[in-house]
Amino acid sequence: MSAVIKISKVSGTAIPVRGNDIDTDRIIPARYLKEVTFARMGEYPFYDERFDAEGKTKPHPFNDAKYKGASILFVNKNFGCGSSREHAPQALFRFGIKAIVGESFAAIFAGNCVMLGIPAVTLGEREMEELIRLAESASQTNFTLDLAAKKLSYGTDRSVSVGIPESSRKALLEGSWDSTAMLRANLDKAKTVAARLPYMTGFMG
Amino acid sequence: MAKSSGRTLYDKVWESHTVDILPTGQTQLFIGLHLIHEITTAPAFDMVRENGFDVAFPERTFATVDHIVPTDLRTRPFLDSQAEELTQALEKNVGEFGIEFFGLDSDSQGIVHVIGPQLGLTQPGMTLACGDSHTSTHGAFGTLAFGIGTSQVRDVLATQTLATDKLKVRRINVNGNLSDGVYAKDVILNIIRRLGVAGGKGFVYEYDGAVVDKMNMEERMTVCNMSIEGGALLGYVNPDATTFEFLKGRRFVPKGAGFERAVSYWSSIRSDPDARYDEVVNMDGSQIEPTVTWGINPGQAVGISEKLPLPEEFSDPEGARKAYQHMGWKPGSPILGTPINVAFVGSCTNSRLSDLRAAAKIAKGRKVHPGIRALVVPGSTGVKALAEKEGLHEIFTEAGFEWRAAGCSMCLAMNPDKLKGREICASSSNRNFIGRQGSPEGRTILMSPAMVAAAALNGKIVDVREYI
Repeated sequence: MSAVIKISKVSGTAIPVRGNDIDTDRIIPARYLKEVTFARMGEYPFYDERFDAEGKTKPHPFNDAKYKGASILFVNKNFGCGSSREHAPQALFRFGIKAIVGESFAAIFAGNCVMLGIPAVTLGEREMEELIRLAESASQTNFTLDLAAKKLSYGTDRSVSVGIPESSRKALLEGSWDSTAMLRANLDKAKTVAARLPYMTGFMG
Repeated sequence: MAKSSGRTLYDKVWESHTVDILPTGQTQLFIGLHLIHEITTAPAFDMVRENGFDVAFPERTFATVDHIVPTDLRTRPFLDSQAEELTQALEKNVGEFGIEFFGLDSDSQGIVHVIGPQLGLTQPGMTLACGDSHTSTHGAFGTLAFGIGTSQVRDVLATQTLATDKLKVRRINVNGNLSDGVYAKDVILNIIRRLGVAGGKGFVYEYDGAVVDKMNMEERMTVCNMSIEGGALLGYVNPDATTFEFLKGRRFVPKGAGFERAVSYWSSIRSDPDARYDEVVNMDGSQIEPTVTWGINPGQAVGISEKLPLPEEFSDPEGARKAYQHMGWKPGSPILGTPINVAFVGSCTNSRLSDLRAAAKIAKGRKVHPGIRALVVPGSTGVKALAEKEGLHEIFTEAGFEWRAAGCSMCLAMNPDKLKGREICASSSNRNFIGRQGSPEGRTILMSPAMVAAAALNGKIVDVREYI
């Protein structure tokens, strides 16, 4: 198993993508799911919103030079709804996104983010609008997400509290977000539970 | 099973499958059945191999191919080299780890959420996981069915467990009776319209009420299938006589005394009459009319006799405006009469025998409107055979529909069945997201299979009640 990686802080500039209910088909079109590994996913986030049929760029924050190098994604409500494709957070992560701040996230997307070690944290509508405006107007603003303190700080002395499910926060802080080894350690317990389930023996009685 | 009052099915199945409480506070749940397909699994197997693990319970994992397979020419190698590569990767992985595989040459092949129930693999009181968001479909059997990502597929392969948080339960009672021409699809579209596409966040949906009681298993699957479109990770219906009757005699269901013991277990995990719910929502099924979507998410839906809503009527007017911008329609105009280019009956939502029967009933003796491309794609090779046995394929082909082989087809644009340009598709699938059906400019109108058939015959959106 790979070494335990604890994630407590993410720092960097931010890139805002406005809009509620941005689904995973928009984050990564299905045709890229035909690739047999995640290796190239970083080339594809928001592909059809960034490029037309001829491959010419369209206006989109992910094409905008002023956001180049950003590591924190700002979004609105229900981000990542739809398909369970892990390719969506994989594409964002491999593009350079190491944390996401938004008003809310769809359930499977949020779970996938934790599995990849990407904190996805929430705050209110008004605070989000303020942050998005700041990132748009002063794109070189540096933000620091501190999971231990549950705060996003920026500027010289500004900070806002952020929300994250406690289990996700612990998994990231303790490094158990890469969960297989932790789960595998309980294999004997799993076998005991399985043996008690009547369907596991075909209801042999 | 220990009996104690006041618990939901969700509570009971959760408890009996709990392996441990993890240091994070999450519960480690045993997964009774793992279904896999060609798309979301290859990196999961790679990670299992790289970490030197094996597959913990290979006999509890079953594989098929559905997303990427062509539904016309299925000869190998596929014309699409990526489809061929992914399929070969799955074939190699199932061979290496000893997993039962329903491949293209199997009469059990099909959409993973169609074959699980059809084979009797999906059973009440079980936990189930699959790397696909529409895994909620299996909840129709009183199964806790989790749609998961690839890293979680890795975890289920290596440990047969998932780390997950317990959710709240919202009971949704659909009371009254459905009118003729109103189907399970209309019910779930109305539930999502009312509660919102994010309304189910943090909840499991338990569907009940007279309308759900009367539904057959295929209709319940349609409802549970779209739980995730309402933001709920899981949806379920308590198992009853309809469930047991459906399961009896299926390949993976025990026979004789074993079946009796199974029914007794399945009955024991029903929600108690005095179960505690975090929320209860009541809806009147009698008020539901044939329903279609007008926008770019499944909650943007209207009854067929309604006019398109004004953006200002929504809590997110900007979202509605974006939908109108994509669809090219005007608020206040009727949805009835909207021209279509393509008609698609299929997908894990609506591709089962009763769906095909409902569409065939409308199509019988009529003709697809000139210029309309109309596809009927059975959900599984087994459904296809049953439909052909009763002559449905002849009804469809005589009417001018293409009769295809089983697969996900035009629901998600990972195979040759796609929209082109600005085409508008009347679709029995589950998502009307921008670009979902393969063209970034394409447009999807979700509806029941009968409504799709009626739209195909007329070249425009019509009220199916005029055809039954």
